[in-house]
Amino acid sequence: MSLKKDQKILLMGNPNVGKSALFSRLTGAKVTVSNYPGTTVGFCQGYLILEKNTYGVVIDVPGVYSLEPLSTADEVAIKMREKGDIVINVVDATNLERNLFLSLELSEKNVPMIIALNMWDETRHKGIEIDVKALQKELGILVVPVCGLTGFGIKELVEKLKLVKKRTFKSTTRKEKWEKIGRVLNLTQKLHHHHHTLLERFEDMSTRPSTGIPISALVIYLSFKIIRFIAESLITYVFNPFFDRIWLPIMEKLSFFLGQKGVLHNIIIGKLINGEIDYEKSFGLLTTGLFVPIAEVLPYILSFYLILGILEDLGYLPRLATQVDNLMHKLGLHGYAIVPMILGLGCNVPGAMAIRLLETRREKFIAGTLMAIAIPCMAQIAMIMGLVGKRGGKYVALIFGILFLLLIVKGLIMNMVIKGKSPEVLWEIPPYRLPQPMAVVKKLWMRVFEFIRDAVPYVLLGVLIINVLSAIHIFDFLTRLFSPIIHKLWGLPNDTMPAMMMGFLRKDIAIGMLAPLELTTKQLVITCTVLAIYFPCMATFIVLIRELGWKDMLKSAFLMILTAIIVGTLMNVIL
Amino acid sequence: MEDISLTKLKTKQSAVVKTIEGGQGLLRRLEALGIRKGKKITKISSHFWRGPVTVLAGKTKIAIGYGMAQKIKVRVE
Repeated sequence: MSLKKDQKILLMGNPNVGKSALFSRLTGAKVTVSNYPGTTVGFCQGYLILEKNTYGVVIDVPGVYSLEPLSTADEVAIKMREKGDIVINVVDATNLERNLFLSLELSEKNVPMIIALNMWDETRHKGIEIDVKALQKELGILVVPVCGLTGFGIKELVEKLKLVKKRTFKSTTRKEKWEKIGRVLNLTQKLHHHHHTLLERFEDMSTRPSTGIPISALVIYLSFKIIRFIAESLITYVFNPFFDRIWLPIMEKLSFFLGQKGVLHNIIIGKLINGEIDYEKSFGLLTTGLFVPIAEVLPYILSFYLILGILEDLGYLPRLATQVDNLMHKLGLHGYAIVPMILGLGCNVPGAMAIRLLETRREKFIAGTLMAIAIPCMAQIAMIMGLVGKRGGKYVALIFGILFLLLIVKGLIMNMVIKGKSPEVLWEIPPYRLPQPMAVVKKLWMRVFEFIRDAVPYVLLGVLIINVLSAIHIFDFLTRLFSPIIHKLWGLPNDTMPAMMMGFLRKDIAIGMLAPLELTTKQLVITCTVLAIYFPCMATFIVLIRELGWKDMLKSAFLMILTAIIVGTLMNVIL
Repeated sequence: MEDISLTKLKTKQSAVVKTIEGGQGLLRRLEALGIRKGKKITKISSHFWRGPVTVLAGKTKIAIGYGMAQKIKVRVE
């Protein structure tokens, strides 16, 4: 069969068999790949050039174990199958038995299909020997060994794709399918004894609670140490020198050129502090507006996503999820909810998207609310480290300690108050895989690029709005309106009002706005904590509406504001 | 030998799945991951406070919630 233009080629297979890596090999498109099931929550499509002037649309379908839907996410994937012209069934060569069930189901749908035997390079290490020709004959389907990570076999896959023919298979029951799989494997697969590799030994150790929990504690502790070390080094040796030695002279010339005062000067350069540009206090578009996202936040984003990417590709997160499952149940969630929470530490937006992995409405509500209230994003963390860190490490610890306490207390309360209970876990723990440096760098670059593309314009817009609003004295009105809460309950000066407004848009610049205010340490700690709690940033809010629905999001937002008022007041009284 | 629930199985012990006391939904979800009647599985670990049980089924490691694991009856052979 020759492929026509716009043929829909579907990549289908079990979760975590490397569909996305193969997709990016086939299309050159950039997608995120991680070593845990459920990375592809939406779907991606890209183009594959087959010959001159003929190309296909390749669609990366979220992983399913079976064509009979087991969850709502499965239904979406299964519906997508009906629209495909050709199926590339991606199969994990190291786990043939389980994977072939879907292959048999797919073949009985009588669509043209081809099997990509992925992770081919791993079979040798694992002592698995597969006779590809025999497998092809037994199944009656073309089989091509490939390796998505290295690109091995991709060319052959594309060539064979052009030869795929439609065949008809008679339908069988589930029992018959398992029997057939047993027969096929007997004929085509040999398992050899092999010695445990170092990774496999580590795998065993980290799944047993007696050694696994200390390992987890160590991994998390080291991760934060390393993130901080890399970020602070980048700030000290790269970003600060750049802004001081290269950017500052340019800004000084520009400031001089603009006459060192006036409306335009104040918007672009900001106010001069003692006759000089101060990146933290001047608050102009090209000074504070660039300094905050690039010199203060970006280094933390970079180092966080580097470490997260390595842990993801290693396959560490599902193990952590299993270990914390019993604790998460107490908070009305289950272990897998740790994934959106950890992603949320980088940026709440992808965290909120990952809430889709959770099954029930109750769980989505609890996870969304907890994340918005108690999980500060890396931009916020970086700014708190920078600003509050100057007053002493214990105050930084105090803020994060309060947020962590809130996570626990709010979770316990919601678990008791909201009807229903958290579902039981059932998931696959993927084997550890050594992260491929190129894959880690590629993913890091994508995430950093997204930050620069999405965050920097928002920050600049925020700085612009604040400058315009304060020029026309609009904050005076708002300040009078909210003064009872800010001044009376929280004990904060009224000039924190603009920062509070800014917090709806972006947290990093909101915290940055506190720098010139000369707050006491207590006031600074209260403001940072309240800023974290009362509302997620606008972008997260929009994603959460999509994931939770309007009604639940309104309830959630109400809880956030209520919590902020109570916690801020308590801190004002106690501290 | 008598059938015992998966939660009672000792770590590192292997056993054959005899019955799964659950609805079609649970049966199919477990089957998709490679746990079905007649299949030999090995317990890898269990977690404190009725935490999940992890087992090896074929080449797949699977984490199963405690309540679910109680419904899986196995026999040591």
